[in-house]
Amino acid sequence: MGTAWNVYDANKMSSGAMYGKTLAELAAKDPRIVGVTADLAKSTNIGLLGEAFPDRLFNVGIAEQNLFGVAAGLAKVGFIPFASTFAIFACLRGGEQVRTDCAYQKLPVKVIATHGGVSFGAAGSTHHCIEDFAIMRAIPNMTVVIPADAWETASAIKACIDVPGPFYLRVGRGMEPLLHESEEEYTFEIGKAMKLKDGNDVTIISCGVPTRDALIAGMMLEEQGVSAQVINMHTLKPIDADAIIEAAVKTRRIVTVEEHNIIGGLGDAVASVLAQSGKRCILTKIGIPDEFGPIGKPEDLYAMYKLSSQGIMETVMELMGKEIEEDDWSDED
Amino acid sequence: MPNNVSIDELKAKAKELRLNIVQTTFNATSGHIGGSLSSADMLIALYFKYLKVDPANPDWDERDRFILSKGHCALSYVPCLAMRGYLDLDEVMKNFNKTESAYGMHPDSKKIKGCDASTGSLGHGLPIGVGMCLGLRLKGIDSKVVVMTGDGECQEGSNWEAAMSAAHYKLKNLIWIIDRNHFEIDGNTESVMSLEPLDKKVESFGFKVIKCNGNKMEEVDAALAKAWATEGPVCIISDTVKGYGLSKFEGKATCHYASFGADPAEVKVYLDEIKNREF
Repeated sequence: MGTAWNVYDANKMSSGAMYGKTLAELAAKDPRIVGVTADLAKSTNIGLLGEAFPDRLFNVGIAEQNLFGVAAGLAKVGFIPFASTFAIFACLRGGEQVRTDCAYQKLPVKVIATHGGVSFGAAGSTHHCIEDFAIMRAIPNMTVVIPADAWETASAIKACIDVPGPFYLRVGRGMEPLLHESEEEYTFEIGKAMKLKDGNDVTIISCGVPTRDALIAGMMLEEQGVSAQVINMHTLKPIDADAIIEAAVKTRRIVTVEEHNIIGGLGDAVASVLAQSGKRCILTKIGIPDEFGPIGKPEDLYAMYKLSSQGIMETVMELMGKEIEEDDWSDED
Repeated sequence: MPNNVSIDELKAKAKELRLNIVQTTFNATSGHIGGSLSSADMLIALYFKYLKVDPANPDWDERDRFILSKGHCALSYVPCLAMRGYLDLDEVMKNFNKTESAYGMHPDSKKIKGCDASTGSLGHGLPIGVGMCLGLRLKGIDSKVVVMTGDGECQEGSNWEAAMSAAHYKLKNLIWIIDRNHFEIDGNTESVMSLEPLDKKVESFGFKVIKCNGNKMEEVDAALAKAWATEGPVCIISDTVKGYGLSKFEGKATCHYASFGADPAEVKVYLDEIKNREF
């Protein structure tokens, strides 16, 4: 595992490709599975389902409101529709249909969004998506999963079939480097945080693509004499509150890492759990600092926003230098 | 195959539904009376003659589907479902819009037996209907999917996304009914945002258009008979009068949502007008 962020490692399969491949495999066994897309069959890789089962993929053209309405209608007559478009169009252009048609009626529509965060770097802010975690978390009935790599994407796609209601999953654009070497090396359970590395001084809680960098940062920190625990919080909702509280009590320092606006995403979800727990803890959120990002290569934007392993390590070191004010709470008892 | 019900029976049912709409509005103190009254005849003809449904088996896979895309007319739709045998009519009329009631201003399919889709936000019904048609075709089920939108609702772009796809997918079982009552909240549709020529627009999107006077049961029946026999997608533009049945409200934008006073004498005047009127 290297330390450089490499988006286009051609030797690996992108999360999107893994999604399409897994979906086609699942569809071969489960006749309830159908797909809907809005002129992004190729870009989101849901086209792989259509190649295997041409009559089970509906491409509604560039029409995201219709995309999620049609998905809801398919679910209403007994299907499990996977609906795919870019993240920004899923959460905003078709967002009301996701909320009102799919989530309100608790339909098993699986919204599989690609090109999330700043992964579509050069496309600019019209195509970046740093708002979806906040929007999807706030929709009742919605389960929100942000896999760290292509393996986890496959795991989540398989697991989401059994989620009775609506489901949102977001991946990036490119062939992001893999966190895992195979699906066998980890246990994936929706709603259950995955501990990647143990440590006692600080906890890094990450989701999505930067999770690999969070783990690398954890190893780099060891060399600096800092024992960092690294948690992969792949499920944003329902969030694993027990894992957060355990980390707070154990390390008293938490850094969250997400490819999302620092408002409303993983960091705020963790902050909310912490604030309500009464446990003493200091939190630093790494993410997009409430701004529309510039265009650029994703790896450059990652470095700019301290989402790279180097950036995460530096942020943790800053936090380690901060004093935690003592108080007389006795929450250890 | 439509049920064998006479025009007179349908007219009597439509009158009964209008009375129920007025009484429910009084019980709830206010309601979307304009569009509920304009669409009453069409709903009755659908539920008592045309839709293949079974209230004893509301989830029957082979039933026809109906989506009230103009969800604010739950005031007409939900009492109609009750009259058809899905719900207890007295309970619907007593509890409409009440706290924790299953029957609110907009229909909730999770709470209302026989309701095929939750609606309220406009422009959602037709896309859902397209999805239902695609799914039913995939399952080999030859049932109709009927979507009723308002006319002002046609200003929502999502309808046209769905219309385009209905024609593209050659959805022969899709019937889109537009309750053309000419008014939206802020006034006449042609002054707020003109729809005409609505028939040509719908036709150009690939629908076969049927027109009728939607408040004349003979014409409603003929239009539905034709729609049922036509390979779709079909659109019925149902020309209606907003608030039809109550002269005080008819053809006025203000009847989109009306409040009744607490005086039972006022509602008696309305009920008497409907009882004594020939429709």
